Amino acid sequence: MRPQHLPTFPRALHPGAWWLWAVCLAAAAGRTQNPVPLLLVLAVTAVVVAARRSAAPWARSYGAFLKLALVLIVIRIAFQALLSTGAQGPTVLFTLPSLPMPASSGLKLGGDVSLEAVLRAFYEGLQLAVILCCVGAANALGSARRLLRYVPGALYEVGVACVVALTFAPQLVSDAARVRAAHRLRGHDGAGLGALKRLAMPVLEGALERSVDLAAAMDARGYGRTTDAARVSRRVTGLLVVGGLLVLCVGVYGLLDDTATGPLGAPSLVVGAAAIGVGLRVGSRRTGRTRYRPDPWALPEWLVTGCGVVAAAAVLVDVHLHPADFFLASVTDVPPVPLLACLGILVGLLPAFLAPPPPLPVGEPPERRRSDVREKTEVAG
Amino acid sequence: MIELDGAGVTFAGSQAPVLRGIDLVVPEGELALVVGRTGSGKTTLLRTVNGLVPHFSGGTLHGRVVVAGRDTRTHRPRDLADVVGHVGQDPLAGFVTDTVEDELAYGMESLGLPADVMRRRVEETLDLLGLADLRASPLADLSAGQQQRVAIGSVLTTHPRILVLDEPTSALDPLAAEEVLATLQRLVHDLGLTVLLAEHRLERVVQYADQVVLLTASGGAVHGAPADVLRDSPVAPPVVELGRVAGWDPLPLTVRDARRQSGPLRATLADLQPPAPSATGRETAGACRDLVVRYGRVAAVQGVSTQVAAGEVVALMGRNGAGKSTLLKTFVGLQRPAAGSVTVGGLEPHRLRPSALVRQVGMVPQVPSDLLYSSTVGRECEQADRDAGVAAGTTLDLFRRLSPGIPLDQHPRDLSEGQRLTLALSVVLAARPPLILLDEPTRGLDYTAKHRLVEILRDLTSAEGGGHAVLLATHDVELVAEVATRVLVMADGELVADGPTAQVVVSSPAFAPQVAKVLAPQPWLTPTEVAVALAGVVAP
Repeated sequence: MRPQHLPTFPRALHPGAWWLWAVCLAAAAGRTQNPVPLLLVLAVTAVVVAARRSAAPWARSYGAFLKLALVLIVIRIAFQALLSTGAQGPTVLFTLPSLPMPASSGLKLGGDVSLEAVLRAFYEGLQLAVILCCVGAANALGSARRLLRYVPGALYEVGVACVVALTFAPQLVSDAARVRAAHRLRGHDGAGLGALKRLAMPVLEGALERSVDLAAAMDARGYGRTTDAARVSRRVTGLLVVGGLLVLCVGVYGLLDDTATGPLGAPSLVVGAAAIGVGLRVGSRRTGRTRYRPDPWALPEWLVTGCGVVAAAAVLVDVHLHPADFFLASVTDVPPVPLLACLGILVGLLPAFLAPPPPLPVGEPPERRRSDVREKTEVAG
Repeated sequence: MIELDGAGVTFAGSQAPVLRGIDLVVPEGELALVVGRTGSGKTTLLRTVNGLVPHFSGGTLHGRVVVAGRDTRTHRPRDLADVVGHVGQDPLAGFVTDTVEDELAYGMESLGLPADVMRRRVEETLDLLGLADLRASPLADLSAGQQQRVAIGSVLTTHPRILVLDEPTSALDPLAAEEVLATLQRLVHDLGLTVLLAEHRLERVVQYADQVVLLTASGGAVHGAPADVLRDSPVAPPVVELGRVAGWDPLPLTVRDARRQSGPLRATLADLQPPAPSATGRETAGACRDLVVRYGRVAAVQGVSTQVAAGEVVALMGRNGAGKSTLLKTFVGLQRPAAGSVTVGGLEPHRLRPSALVRQVGMVPQVPSDLLYSSTVGRECEQADRDAGVAAGTTLDLFRRLSPGIPLDQHPRDLSEGQRLTLALSVVLAARPPLILLDEPTRGLDYTAKHRLVEILRDLTSAEGGGHAVLLATHDVELVAEVATRVLVMADGELVADGPTAQVVVSSPAFAPQVAKVLAPQPWLTPTEVAVALAGVVAP
């Protein structure tokens, strides 16, 4: 057995495997508003991230996603309590001062807030929050940037644009902070429309200058040297891939949303995938680029992806068999425990052991390196 | 290897060419140094070598530029990527990927080299540049010196025969600069690489150069052996200026050469005294006591106590990341002290409203253009008058005094680095703060602009100029020698030295200016001091 097949051999798992696993868990979460499987999915992502994240800066992003998810739930509940129209139930928790609105608008501001409405909002918010955490877990385990390295040759230009955008967003933020600090030095307290204009000018100018610098550097290093193919082949590739992607999205939507019928769903999925396949195949013939040290796709990748697929499949099957367990008729009842789905989701936990451990960073211990980084960026900013 | 035959460049919309009629040959294995005033076209010259001018920048190229047998008229920059490695001014702006290893591989991926070749070359380059420990590090987390080395490594992996570097050490502290230059030296000597290098800080690089190309104001070029070209050059390192003052022939380029010739000069100077630093006021403009500033769990400044008195120019030195910028930021209230106290004019800066703060302390940040946002110089000055609440025209008068002869309708971005710095300085000075802070003011300034800055700083601290106190953070030891009355050295957030300039810098291997190294143990710091003292001997 070659070392990359061993789950104990320390290496970075292929980011594609992590994203597939996370997308499967997100799909599972998307099919239910029962808090039991939802919280289970959340716990699974948290445990796997804690067990298998690396020392890289993006590995800390799960916490940020978790916070964002909590904010999302709170907003959902607040809006439901304040604005809900007819969804309030009989169990009134408290009564807010209300604002009379014209009956024709169908709106309600304030008034009674019932337990049912709050719980319903919580469950719906939780579903969205858990899906968000799945994305956060994928990003923490296999960063979106690393995933972009595996964009097929035909989509190379698009991939580069995404990478550049991912670099520029944080730089814009740090530029803005620097320029704001400079405003203080000129005696502005940074409020009002004028302040925004004064902030925008230097930041945008800086961003533009940096883009030009980057473009020059890429040109000087041979970017696009080997990809000058015939215009027609480029057009055909683009059309096939983008068109296929659209059809594929429709297919996925049809599959996940059971109200859709007809050609949506499985047929679109197949047609879209085929178009993309052909497009990528045609496109990859024209690129003369090579790839440095691609992550291998070995046994652990199959296992991690498999765990995700099992979790998603178990939930989908269980939803089909016992739909009442997944969309609660009465939110105030104690939510039932769908056994098959929960077991399936627990299989999604296995990557915490099946994925290879991330290699330790060379040199200084991770604690020291991280603190240095923070200091340096702050000082530079 | 590099042949320029009557090369000239004119950019669209400008009347005068940036470069004209340049005939230059750089043979294989040579290190050629491009020098000249700011804005004399150094960057443009470097960019013609790999075709970025005119293919990328636009403009018209006259004459011929032939690189390794390829004419840049018919070869785009990407077609030259395998023979010319180009490293721009800001390494971070040229990084495409996010980790060291991927960045080293990027160029080879673009050229379509096979996987095993790429793997081997990345390993070789990691070793060659001493980056093996950092292979998986994110690029943004590296120190400036490491980033520069990665930028060099990233173009070396395609095995170019020519390396073109635009100011590789301008942002580095003296030791990190040594590191990068030592690497270059090794590449030239061990690999026979041809290197074309532009640099403002000649004192760091001139001893490595085989040929110096001096760009003149008219766009032409003079080239030849370093000692010949520098004899009459308007830009020259202090050791050369000392050689001119002492009338040495051949002109020394290194401290070692100068030291060997300096016996008689030292004997003459032994009886003379360098000018004593002018007495400073007693009034304290800014002070801190036991100051601690933290970012999370990292203490960037740990227990620093010092004060700056009116009329003083205090230089703050130390390696990148030693806490210099943080200390300055605390003095202008951009950082709150975690413990200890900081005061400017007796008030706590972080509690002041911005409008009150600018009357106590002013700072020119590392990137002076952060302070500027109007579309013309004139409007910028008017806005600064309003911000500071002073009579209309105050800022403009200041700017005219610091940088005469600049049209008011020019865009601040079109000014040279030095002019932009003086504009930002005028804006800050408009409110007449007793304490002025400067963060790395000499980045990108040539010797002439630096001399001008020294004059300005002396003027500001004199009683007639307002008796301002100045605290400047810098890596530039020659500037410190010229202008500072006192030096603070920081390391790891602590103050490790605080004393008169001569006392602190003369004995330090990293921070001693060249003249001090030549004339040690005598405490002379600048060629001007020596010239004045010698004139005193001859005159009576």
